[in-house]
Parts: sequence; C-alpha cells; structure tokens
Amino acid sequence: MTVRPVQRQVTVEVTQERAFALFTGAMGSWWNPGHHVGERPFADVVVEPREGGRWFEVDEGGVESPWGSVLVWDPPHRLLLAWQLDAGWAHDPHHTTEVEVRFVADGPARTRVELEHRGLERYGADADEVAAQLGADGGWAGLLRRFAEELQVPA
Amino acid sequence: METRRDALAALGEPTRRAIVELLADGPAAVGVLAARLPVSRPAVSQHLRVLEEAGVVRARAVGTRRLYALDPDGVAAARAVLDRFWDRALTDFADFAAAATTTPAGAETGPAPAQPSGPSGPAPLKEETT
Repeated sequence: MTVRPVQRQVTVEVTQERAFALFTGAMGSWWNPGHHVGERPFADVVVEPREGGRWFEVDEGGVESPWGSVLVWDPPHRLLLAWQLDAGWAHDPHHTTEVEVRFVADGPARTRVELEHRGLERYGADADEVAAQLGADGGWAGLLRRFAEELQVPA
Repeated sequence: METRRDALAALGEPTRRAIVELLADGPAAVGVLAARLPVSRPAVSQHLRVLEEAGVVRARAVGTRRLYALDPDGVAAARAVLDRFWDRALTDFADFAAAATTTPAGAETGPAPAQPSGPSGPAPLKEETT
C-alpha cells in the first residue's frame, strides 16, 4: 500500500542560498513552538549541516530530544531528512518517514520551497500489507509490540 | 494526535494486541475472534469497543453480523494531521523569511532580530552574495 505523500510549497522573497540557510540554520526560530517532542518547550531546533547529521530539539536546560537525521545535505538545492516521529509526536528510530525539501530559484531573489513528506504508509497498515508482513519483525506485529513495550516502561 | 495516543493506550493491553494481530489476517466477526482467544465473547466485544473508539479497528455490518477490520483511516488521520502541520510550518517559515530579509547578511544562523529600517518603511533587501 502506498499513501499519497503530503506535498506543500511556499514562495519566499529571498535567494535560494538564503532560503536554504534560514530553513536549516534557524529552524528553532520559525518552527511552531507548540510542536515539541521533549517534556519542555524547545530553545532551539538543530539540523546538523552534513549528511548523517542529527536533527533534534534542545530545551533551555540543554536536554536534547532527537527528531531524526539528515539523509541528503545539498545546499542550496535540496535537503532530505529522516523524520522519526510517530503519530503520537514521539521519537522512534524504527519509524522513519522522509521529508524532502527542494529550494527552486524562481527569480534573482525569489525561491519556491517545495516540501514532500512521504512514506506515510508507515503510520498505519493496510490489511493486505499487514498480512504479508506479519512474520517480519519490522512489520505491524513488531511495531505493536514496540508500542506496547514503550507504554510499559516507566518514563 | 490525540486519537493516535488513544490508539497506543488501547494497544497497551495484551488481549487487545492479540485481537489486532488476528485482524491483521483479515476482517473477522466477534465469534471468530473469541474462538481463537482465551477470553469470553462479551470480553472480546468489550475490547473491540475500546479499539473502535481509539480508531484502531472499524466495524461494518454484513447481513446480521458485524465484521471488524483494522481501520485504514489510521493512516489517513496521520496524513491529514501532517498535511495541516506542514501547511502551517511552511507559512511560518515564509513569515520568518520575510521578516529576516531586513537582517544583515551573515546573521542567518540564529534567531534574526528585526533591523531598524528607518521611518520610511521596510528596508531594502540585503542579500549575502557569496
């Protein structure tokens, strides 16, 4: 089963380079503070500027909460992030979907930012798909077990 | 998001997990599930009600029976949430980028304080040209 990706775009009146720098380097300044993973609101959101870099939030006390990682770092054109947040907005390294962001020059100081969040089928399971995956640890059954284990571990 | 948290909570109970794993093989009626589980039929019905309320399973009437299946809208719900989420996030980003155009070049790695632009309105765009 494939779920249609979320596709959104916005145009900003800055160069491609600046759009990429602001998107990645100042995420803590524009990200909705209501959407945090840690117990406390974040002080900053960090995208480490390299392939394999971490993507995380950090609160006032310096406590870091991971969100995912950088899969492709190609300034100022393209960014591919591994989004490892489950539907409950909690980090799960086994639950990876992809967020691709493309920065397309649309004039000397105008950039179209195209975002695609894909792999969303991992947020659920179609019955046929599940039947095929039941034996695999990475399948639905394994996922449910991990969910359940998480719930039973004292925070 | 709340729905999915409820779903996780609903799945914290072993019998309900077993029911979901059985339903992963395909839709089934209460009696069929009860026959394959070490609990009574009323107990299975009760668990199904919890799972249904949490959005994990969905029931449909087939003749006089009710058939239960995993709810594919679990994905649809997640997608809808993310669609709204990114719409808002990109709007916030565009607002921030618009405000940040008055920031001196080289300051884009931190929160960008608005630069005083004089009484005549917004300052001209200052771009880093490297």
